[in-house]
Amino acid sequence: MRVELRNITKRFGPVVANKGVNLTIEPGQVLGLLGENGAGKSTLMNVLCGLYSPNEGEIQIDGQSVRFAGPGEAIRAGIGMVHQHFMLVPVFTVAENVILGIEPVGRFDHLDLTTARSEVSRLSAEYGLAVDPDAIIETLPVGIQQRVEIIKVLFREADVLILDEPTAVLTPQEVDEFFQIVRSLCEAGKAIVFITHKLNEILDISDRIAVIRRGEIVGTGDPKKLARPDLAEMMVGHPVDFDVARAPFVPGDVILGIQDLTVLRDDGAVAVDDISFQVRSGEVVGIAGVQGNGQSALIEALAGLRRVVSGQVRFDGTDITQASPRERHRLGIAHIPEDRQRAGLIGTFTVAENMVLDSYYAPPYSAGTSIDWGRVHTDAAAVAEQYDVRTPSVHTSAAHLSGGNQQKLVVARELSRDTRFVIAGQPTRGLDVGSIAFIHERLMAARDEGDGLLIVSSELDEIMALSDRILVMFKGRIVAEYAPHDAPVDKGDIGLAMAGARV
Amino acid sequence: MSVLLDKARQRQTRISGAILIGLGVLLAVFMAPDATGVATFRLSRPTDVWPVPNLVVPGGPFIYVISALLAFLGVRLFLRGGAKWASMILGIGLAIAVAAFLVWATAGKSFSLTGMLQATLVRAVPIALGGLAGVLSERVAVVNIGIEGMLLAGAFTGALVGSLAGGIAGLVAAVAVGGMFGFILAALVVTYRMDQIIAGVFINLFVLGLTSYISSQVFQEYRALNNAPVFRTIKIPLLSDVPVIGPVFFNQNIFVYGAFILAGLATYYLFHTRHGLRARAVGEQPRAADTLGINVYRTRYVNVTVAGMVAGFGGAWFTLGSVGRFDEGMTGGRGFIGLAAMIFGRWHPVGALLAALVFGFADSLQQKLALLGTPIPSEFLAMAPYVATIVVVAGVVGRARAPAADGKPYVKE
Repeated sequence: MRVELRNITKRFGPVVANKGVNLTIEPGQVLGLLGENGAGKSTLMNVLCGLYSPNEGEIQIDGQSVRFAGPGEAIRAGIGMVHQHFMLVPVFTVAENVILGIEPVGRFDHLDLTTARSEVSRLSAEYGLAVDPDAIIETLPVGIQQRVEIIKVLFREADVLILDEPTAVLTPQEVDEFFQIVRSLCEAGKAIVFITHKLNEILDISDRIAVIRRGEIVGTGDPKKLARPDLAEMMVGHPVDFDVARAPFVPGDVILGIQDLTVLRDDGAVAVDDISFQVRSGEVVGIAGVQGNGQSALIEALAGLRRVVSGQVRFDGTDITQASPRERHRLGIAHIPEDRQRAGLIGTFTVAENMVLDSYYAPPYSAGTSIDWGRVHTDAAAVAEQYDVRTPSVHTSAAHLSGGNQQKLVVARELSRDTRFVIAGQPTRGLDVGSIAFIHERLMAARDEGDGLLIVSSELDEIMALSDRILVMFKGRIVAEYAPHDAPVDKGDIGLAMAGARV
Repeated sequence: MSVLLDKARQRQTRISGAILIGLGVLLAVFMAPDATGVATFRLSRPTDVWPVPNLVVPGGPFIYVISALLAFLGVRLFLRGGAKWASMILGIGLAIAVAAFLVWATAGKSFSLTGMLQATLVRAVPIALGGLAGVLSERVAVVNIGIEGMLLAGAFTGALVGSLAGGIAGLVAAVAVGGMFGFILAALVVTYRMDQIIAGVFINLFVLGLTSYISSQVFQEYRALNNAPVFRTIKIPLLSDVPVIGPVFFNQNIFVYGAFILAGLATYYLFHTRHGLRARAVGEQPRAADTLGINVYRTRYVNVTVAGMVAGFGGAWFTLGSVGRFDEGMTGGRGFIGLAAMIFGRWHPVGALLAALVFGFADSLQQKLALLGTPIPSEFLAMAPYVATIVVVAGVVGRARAPAADGKPYVKE
């Protein structure tokens, strides 16, 4: 089945998400769709899979023009999508998830789960997607959940599979397995659209590459003839320097000492399991690991947002295990939270208000019972300028800024004062290349000024680019440690540790 | 699992153990010496086809045995933990404590056990149907605080239409009006995304106000409008002659049978049919259901409307299944107890029914005890169903899990 997008334009109010896009999807091929976050990749694919209807243009299947009123119609036409955030019901079994929406039934609407199970088994055998049809989704690792999503699409007899950022949640080993699955699907004649912002992956897997920027296709090509820097330039719109500039590693004294730390998740299960490590001044310690292995709880515990059940946290010699977030803040600990929307800023507050969330209560901003808003506004404007927060004014609501500018606002608030230690969770998740580079630069500047840094990221490349020392977390424990300045670090080796193979 | 979780669980079992020990002491010190003579429990009437002998229990000795048993279970829980069975042991302990209490109240007298069990089922009906309505709507993620109002609307409509056009018509009208309020709730929370709690409270207050006004202004004047026929009990041939079980389960009116049949049907629907699978998917992950072409809004409308119909049927019990006339606020919080039954029953129709039986038992117990004339003031006895609700929901339920999207409106992208 050959699918053509012709001159597709999609607008949301005044915002143009896709503009005159032409794209051809060929059977038996992997089309790599490359673009930054917010470039319009997902919108385009949601148009193709029937979630959005385009304002202009048309979709053709084998030369026939089609219109989809909803995702159901696109599925029936043979176009299936595996969403970045899985669309699975966690408490259902694999088989129930696969059949949901087109269930085989007997008399009295009775679900025919026997047929469902055997169909799942048949599809898993045919494409090498080993899964147990009776397993409950929430007990499965994400790599397996992704297979369920693929089986779901195959069960609907899709000929075109759209994979939206499929590798974001996988370890490097899982990515390799996943690529094998993609190749076997191609050999079976399926057309694959592989959406990503990762250059290496798209060069590895694609038969053809299309680059999208600001809603428009800015180039297409053969991966064998394209080089990484060229692709990056196409994607971003200007030449990109991938290397993070860093001064030589000059470690100082131990500033943060964690001893036998145990922290629980909200549901009472152990998140951080009796771990110990230290961070020195002028050192970046990066925590690698698949999401959900206790990194979030560790950060929250260090920021004073989650109760420590046992163990000790010492900062520059003082015990801060039970210190409040404000006490930690006063000691010079900065915290860039994982989720900027929920924990980093208040969307309905202005840029200026967000800028002083940590300092409004003390001079120079507060005297007696009132806040000196004039002072707040002038200072906020200066800091916003310095940290490249692009906003119409400091009176704009934070929610109206782009993701990159929101994150720069958080970074500006946290780093624009005298800091001695920086805790950063997923500091560049979902950002454009320009903002990523800027934030990396700022973090490295803090290091070079003698701060200790603890960075958690699920992007292994980011951890490897920034860290002086890498710790790998798996099931709440530190299972491996690497010192890149002593010996070169093998990415595959870290990947194995992330998957728990080193325990 | 972890040491810490074990600690929390251990504390919980210790509290349970302490409760059982306390109950044992209470029984031994205050009740056993007081229980002179034998307690006679009548199991059948002389007119029954197969009469069975009465159950005769010596008061004092029985209570001492029970208190010793409670103390043993309590100490065991307190010392050994046995976390896995803790809530079950607590449940058994509470049950035998209730048995001892009953013996104490009956000592020297005679009491119809079968009659009380029969009343248990009858009293459980509105709670079970309210709980079932809760299950049906919360399984599609709509929190239904309005069940109380829907019960009341059903009771009122049943009385009014029943008086004018007969019992069957009254029942149909009660179901229809319940369904209408279900539909209104769905419209408010699904289409207009009103806060679900507020929408439910609105329905409760609206129905309470309207029915109270009409009953005090109109029914007082025209008494014929509030004089509906009552559905008679239907004896199931043969089965109803089985001792104890027969009168309790097979000599009841259509509301009791209806509650059992509806619980079975709802279980079949939710867990064995295509549309049930879709409904549960909508309650857990509406976005996922939407991407698979399932109409989230329509699913919620249909289920919440059907839930309203079930509540309307349950409401008709108060009038058509019981006293034949409507009184202001006569549902007395049964809808809320129904919601507690839903939680205790872990959002499962059969679970909700069984939980409703526990509450129905507490209700009928207080009613019968009042007749026996215990030294406990009747106002305190009347609290029994509500106390049972609190104890059960707070203590015995443990960690029940609501549908993941419960209470959250779904906004299409």
